[in-house]
Amino acid sequence: MEVTELITLALKSLTANKLRSFLTTLGIIIGVFAIILLVSLGTGLQAYIANQIQGLGSNLIFVIPGRIGGARTPGGVVANKLSVQDAQNIELKLRDIANVAPVIQKNSSLKYKNRENKGTSVLGTTANYTKTVQNAVIEKGTYFTSSQEISGTKVAVVGQTVLKNLFEDEDPIGKRLFIGNNIYTVIGSLKKRGAIFGFDQDNTVIIPISSARRQFGLNQVNAIYVSVENENLIPFASEQIKKTLLKKLTEDDFTIQTASSSLEIVTNVTNILSLALGGIAAISLLVGGIGVANIMLVSVTERTREIGLRKALGARRNDILKQFLLEAVFLSVSGGIIGIVLGIGASLILARFFVSVVTPWSIFLAFGFSVAVGVIFGMAPAIRASRLSPIEALRYE
Amino acid sequence: MKKREIIRLLNITKQYKTDVVTTHVLNGISFRVNKNDFIAIIGPSGSGKSTLMNIIGLLDSTTSGKYFLNGIDTSKFGEDELAELRNKTIGFVFQSFNLLPRATTLENVILPSIYAGVSRTQRLKKATEILKTLGLGDRLNNRPNQLSGGQQQRVAIARALMNDPELILADEPTGNLDTKSGQDVMKILKNLNRQGKTIILITHEAEIAKHAKIIVRITDGKILKN
Repeated sequence: MEVTELITLALKSLTANKLRSFLTTLGIIIGVFAIILLVSLGTGLQAYIANQIQGLGSNLIFVIPGRIGGARTPGGVVANKLSVQDAQNIELKLRDIANVAPVIQKNSSLKYKNRENKGTSVLGTTANYTKTVQNAVIEKGTYFTSSQEISGTKVAVVGQTVLKNLFEDEDPIGKRLFIGNNIYTVIGSLKKRGAIFGFDQDNTVIIPISSARRQFGLNQVNAIYVSVENENLIPFASEQIKKTLLKKLTEDDFTIQTASSSLEIVTNVTNILSLALGGIAAISLLVGGIGVANIMLVSVTERTREIGLRKALGARRNDILKQFLLEAVFLSVSGGIIGIVLGIGASLILARFFVSVVTPWSIFLAFGFSVAVGVIFGMAPAIRASRLSPIEALRYE
Repeated sequence: MKKREIIRLLNITKQYKTDVVTTHVLNGISFRVNKNDFIAIIGPSGSGKSTLMNIIGLLDSTTSGKYFLNGIDTSKFGEDELAELRNKTIGFVFQSFNLLPRATTLENVILPSIYAGVSRTQRLKKATEILKTLGLGDRLNNRPNQLSGGQQQRVAIARALMNDPELILADEPTGNLDTKSGQDVMKILKNLNRQGKTIILITHEAEIAKHAKIIVRITDGKILKN
């Protein structure tokens, strides 16, 4: 039997039951749509986070308190033993090849006139911060100097969100604002840094670390940023940091990470996330496939007499098998194509509000899946049709 | 001129077994059909004539006995080979027409040639020709439900002729038709016989059987008179 004949035959019988064909196809459409959309979301998220981490700089090392991923870490909160002195020790050791910036981070409310900005992330750090972290760039005014830092002057550099909420159209430079109960003078503002995981990096204010220590009564730091002259120095610098810190601390008290090592962790996590999302979507495609099998079985039963007649007139097993298999594949492939179009459309729309990147492999995967679903779930009904005995099929009422 | 033998049945039996009973439908049928014969197999319902028809038409298997078609033992053939044999050598005309309801006259008629691998243009040309000789030239694109019973049976005859089979098997071809249409169908069959086709007709009406050259009576799975 010719291919064109088979195709026209399949199309005819599918269009003869338009509503039924559409509803069956809908199962595949939803499955393929979900795969494309969810994989796009996962990929978008991954690209976004990777971008954020690389924004910190590929030559950056960060030391954080506690041990991440260690088997020895108990489930509870571990005391933060990383101190400002540790940062100073690292700086002494690596002075020639690196900038070091310890950071104390606390959330606090900011006030200016009658306006308030809540939940602002207050970063207490050193004069080196802007040299150390790549995405901290001064837009207006100045950053504080190391003498201002050491003397604990109450000066502040504000992020874009703070600027917008507290000062609106006013020039913030020289204005005085409340951080908690203390008054600080604004000396500069930062360029926009964007949000990560819904955490607004621009809702921030930077103050000298000595001021932060006094205001919050802290000696522990939340992070020590170390930026080395070039990427090649990262292994050496990491080793030096470790040696220095181990003089006073144990391995459980700190974790040394780099942009690339944290990128690796995040990539692993988002890969698993993408897989899990894609897997859930694949289940819905599987359900769609069962729908195809179901409707094909109904179709074979309904057309038993037709099958008997075709066999009486000379159709071989293979002719009947191909006829019904092709119908199933047509159902699932047309569903696959519609699902791909809708999935790409939805991903593109979503990309305007949230992160979403359409990946070619997810399209091929979804298309391949829908073909496979058609073949696999169409096979059993088609085999059943091809094995009908012509005389019994002709007698069937 | 000695006539060539097309069909030879040797002591054919057919039994249907269920868990409880065995029904003997055919009890040793033997006869021959020569080229260009016109045979009517007549018998009351339940006589086994339809089963015999299905066996001759290679649609059903025998329990024992031999069936030679053109001198070849058909018991050796597999399902697909039987399909090919049906396709090339036998044309079926059924009591209930068995036309595909959603297909047009032309589409119904070309069905056997699709499985014979005839090209599209050729089979459409041939189907049109046959339908014209049967007086259906103006009904090519109608569906079966737009045709009268007589017209539907003529479409079925056209379909049976599509692959130029030697043998036409007609199972109660007039059973669902009024007298006039029935007469028309018999006229066509007689005509075909005159043109050289071998025809086996199954019927329970003596009136219809009279059209045939040879009448075979069958009762309780046995041939009464030849």
